[in-house]
Amino acid sequence: MLPSYLTMAAILFCIGLYGALVKRNAVIVLLSIELMLNAVNLNLVAFSKYGVVPALTGQIFSLFTITVAAAEAAVGVAILIALFRSRGTVQVDEYDEMKR
Amino acid sequence: MFTIDFTGEYAAFFLFSAIMICGAVLMIMLEKVVHMVVSMAAVFLGLAGMFVLLEAEFVAFVQVLIYAGAISILMIFGIMMTKHQQAEQAPVKPLKETLAIIGSLSLFGLLFYAIRRTTFPEPLPFQPGEDNTMAIGMTLYTGYMIPFELLSVLLTVAFIGAIVMAKKEAD
Repeated sequence: MLPSYLTMAAILFCIGLYGALVKRNAVIVLLSIELMLNAVNLNLVAFSKYGVVPALTGQIFSLFTITVAAAEAAVGVAILIALFRSRGTVQVDEYDEMKR
Repeated sequence: MFTIDFTGEYAAFFLFSAIMICGAVLMIMLEKVVHMVVSMAAVFLGLAGMFVLLEAEFVAFVQVLIYAGAISILMIFGIMMTKHQQAEQAPVKPLKETLAIIGSLSLFGLLFYAIRRTTFPEPLPFQPGEDNTMAIGMTLYTGYMIPFELLSVLLTVAFIGAIVMAKKEAD
């Protein structure tokens, strides 16, 4: 059963990576990053049941990841709102001051 | 490696993974931003179901509360407070999109190859304890005391920072 869970997490991670690279709306880019973090959580919890030495440590680690992800999402949305206020757009390819 | 015995866990796993893949692909494909967030909520709920399958009930409920509840709502507020009418009309550069597809597909191929090649040793029986929440609480407050406290400080600092950044400037 472990390879199935790992494959599922790999699928989610790759979809999240594609979304983070291609999507233009910054909110959706943040959501894609959340999707990648969720894939990592799935791996942690799967190894905490089917790893060589099953233990609760994987679940504890995934709780820590969820907390950091929540902080990241809050700060990300706050930065996004501040950026939107100063630039008037949320399309990521229009944030190109450092390219000019 | 591909021997699949149709147990109840396998059926539930198949159902949840179908929900999650459908939600994730819809997130990529849909046009409107709000619909994308709602399909992501389906992914989060499917993941919570998968955590229940993995005997991580507490993590599953935290997943429902934090992701399907808080983060989805936060993202919807983020969309609401920004401009979202012109939803993805101009497509991205085709070269960039092709490169992104190639990159993520090759990453998936690499991961899939590695997962299928590895022989995982037979695990010891998993002892989740009488009560998963109690066991997690005991572990969290004995072995992981310092990281737990650091994390609460991090969360406080992050939320205060988020409020300060999102606040409208007075002048």
